[in-house]
Amino acid sequence: MPILKIDGKDIEVPVGTSIIEAAKKAGIEIPHYCYHPGLSVAGNCRMCLVEVEKFPKLQISCYTPVTEGMVVHTQSERVKDAQQAVLEFLLVNHPLDCPVCDQSGECELQNYYMKYGLYDSRLMEDKVKKHKAVSIGPTVMLDGERCVLCSRCVRFCDEVTHTHEMGIVNRGDRAEIEVAPGKEVDNDYSGNVVDICPVGALTDKDFRFKCRVWFLAQTPSVCPGCSRGCNIEIHWNKERPYQTPGERVMRLKPRFNADVNKFWICDEGRYNYHWIDQGRLLKPMQKRRGVPHEVSWEEAFGTLSGLFLRPQEMGVIVSTDMTNGDLAMAQQLFVSELKVKNVAYQWIRKSGKEDELLMKADKTPNTRGAQALGFEDRSGEIYEQIEKGQIKILFLFGHNLMEILGKDQAEKMRSHLETLVILGPHAHEGINLADWALPSAVYAEKNGTFTNFEGRVQKISKAFPPMGMAKSEREILKEMARQAGIHINLTV
Amino acid sequence: MNRSELTFIERLYIFEALKGILLTSRHFFWNLFLHTTHLFGLLKNKSAAVTVQYPDEIRPYAPRLRTRHHLVPRADGSPRCVACMLCETVCPAKCIYIIAGEHPDPNVEKVAKRFDLDLGKCVYCGFCVEVCPEDAIRMDTQIMNIAAYSREEMLLDINELLRPGSRKQS
Repeated sequence: MPILKIDGKDIEVPVGTSIIEAAKKAGIEIPHYCYHPGLSVAGNCRMCLVEVEKFPKLQISCYTPVTEGMVVHTQSERVKDAQQAVLEFLLVNHPLDCPVCDQSGECELQNYYMKYGLYDSRLMEDKVKKHKAVSIGPTVMLDGERCVLCSRCVRFCDEVTHTHEMGIVNRGDRAEIEVAPGKEVDNDYSGNVVDICPVGALTDKDFRFKCRVWFLAQTPSVCPGCSRGCNIEIHWNKERPYQTPGERVMRLKPRFNADVNKFWICDEGRYNYHWIDQGRLLKPMQKRRGVPHEVSWEEAFGTLSGLFLRPQEMGVIVSTDMTNGDLAMAQQLFVSELKVKNVAYQWIRKSGKEDELLMKADKTPNTRGAQALGFEDRSGEIYEQIEKGQIKILFLFGHNLMEILGKDQAEKMRSHLETLVILGPHAHEGINLADWALPSAVYAEKNGTFTNFEGRVQKISKAFPPMGMAKSEREILKEMARQAGIHINLTV
Repeated sequence: MNRSELTFIERLYIFEALKGILLTSRHFFWNLFLHTTHLFGLLKNKSAAVTVQYPDEIRPYAPRLRTRHHLVPRADGSPRCVACMLCETVCPAKCIYIIAGEHPDPNVEKVAKRFDLDLGKCVYCGFCVEVCPEDAIRMDTQIMNIAAYSREEMLLDINELLRPGSRKQS
């Protein structure tokens, strides 16, 4: 492996590594626009110039492979001059849009200007005008003037999705990003072009003008949209909640994980967050003479723990949307302690869209986790036993019976039951069937883990407290068990 | 702190009160005399005490004085503000509340759909004026009387900020 020297530091990297990657390994930042580790090298922005000894000219560090004994300088006067000149060139036609630009605050032009630019403008001419605020697809907006023509988005559509929608047209300072005639940037991964755009040329329609990025808080998590378990960051509005009343999550962004999702997530997962804040069940409800009444948690725990005296008449259907911690608590309580025979998971959303890149057909995040804890997909048997009258009490986790069985069948099923308890985050129509509806927390509101389809256990973190009076399933179950005098040795 | 002991005469109070009345009366009659002579054009070099009859009479403020805020309109009457939220970000009192929306003109793009300013919280630092990239907010209305009977009345909305004084006072 060649050993080279960057800014006086000796670094050993594999053959064929570029200088920019070697520098990253040494903790030295080299500014760049067009280079992206997930895409091929274009070498057109010229921002990553470095000085290599014995080379007459400055070299682009993204395309220069390291050699044995190479001596690289990233902080010399020549390099700094070049970086400033390149930045000035890239900003020549860039409009002063920062006040209205959604990228502002996470824009590499802003960051690098403050770090490597800081020159006074010498432009006497008029800036070139291009198309502004053009919709180029269901999720993406294009602003031609802001573009620095790094071609990351073009390469993404060519190399990752192989859909070839985008290209650069015209020459010189009139060069522009365009969509192929008659096409739209409408693939399953189109949102990623917004992430990789280093400037504000491509912005997200879903996030457009919703919140300034510096008001956002970030929480690392895992996408619950399918069994792939892509690593994500939840961006939520922490500082200015009044700007988006009733909505906390502003957007989801992919988080790099070389083994799962690399740099990308699909659009299905990216825009799959509105349900976190919408249609939530906020308080424990009990049905009295057919009408739902609000009750306190103490009342609910007290009454429901009494049901634990009849485990042989009990059925439990958990959900593969639950975290491993919640499932483990359910397993401990119902299987190990109460010895309930009829415990299963209901596998919903199991045949969605699947492709070679990321999307999996199983649209729930934790099927492998449920299976690993011993749950089986036997919900059909439980429904049969309910109809036979062998099961009188059903604990249902998050499911909507109306959706699973259809309205008539669900109501028929309901009439066979003595008590139906639903623990779930949402107030869907199926909730009206329940005698007890207990609000539970969604994945963004609790800590835990999901097991993806490969068996990889990945951590999710609590971004904000549960909405209303909701509690996580394991808190609810543990408290119920405690009231029934059952001690479960699991932390909540 | 060292306080000198009051003398017996001072402690009697009555003489001290009389001394005060004497001082006030001296100023009153001396100013009355001066104002009267000024009416006849005499003793103009001696200045008499001046009282401004606020609020019937308002002294002109210095133009740089930071007074109540005002949003600058464009030629068509809509606000210049593009809802960049820099004022909201810089505001140390967190008294500005903006909600952004889409402007029909793609060259403007963004516009403030809601712009509320809570005078009950504002500390008149003027950072919002300084930070504004569009010169859309100024503190030049020369309005100083901002008192109100309720907190809600201290909240200025976008219409009141665009046309200062247009809101009906309850």
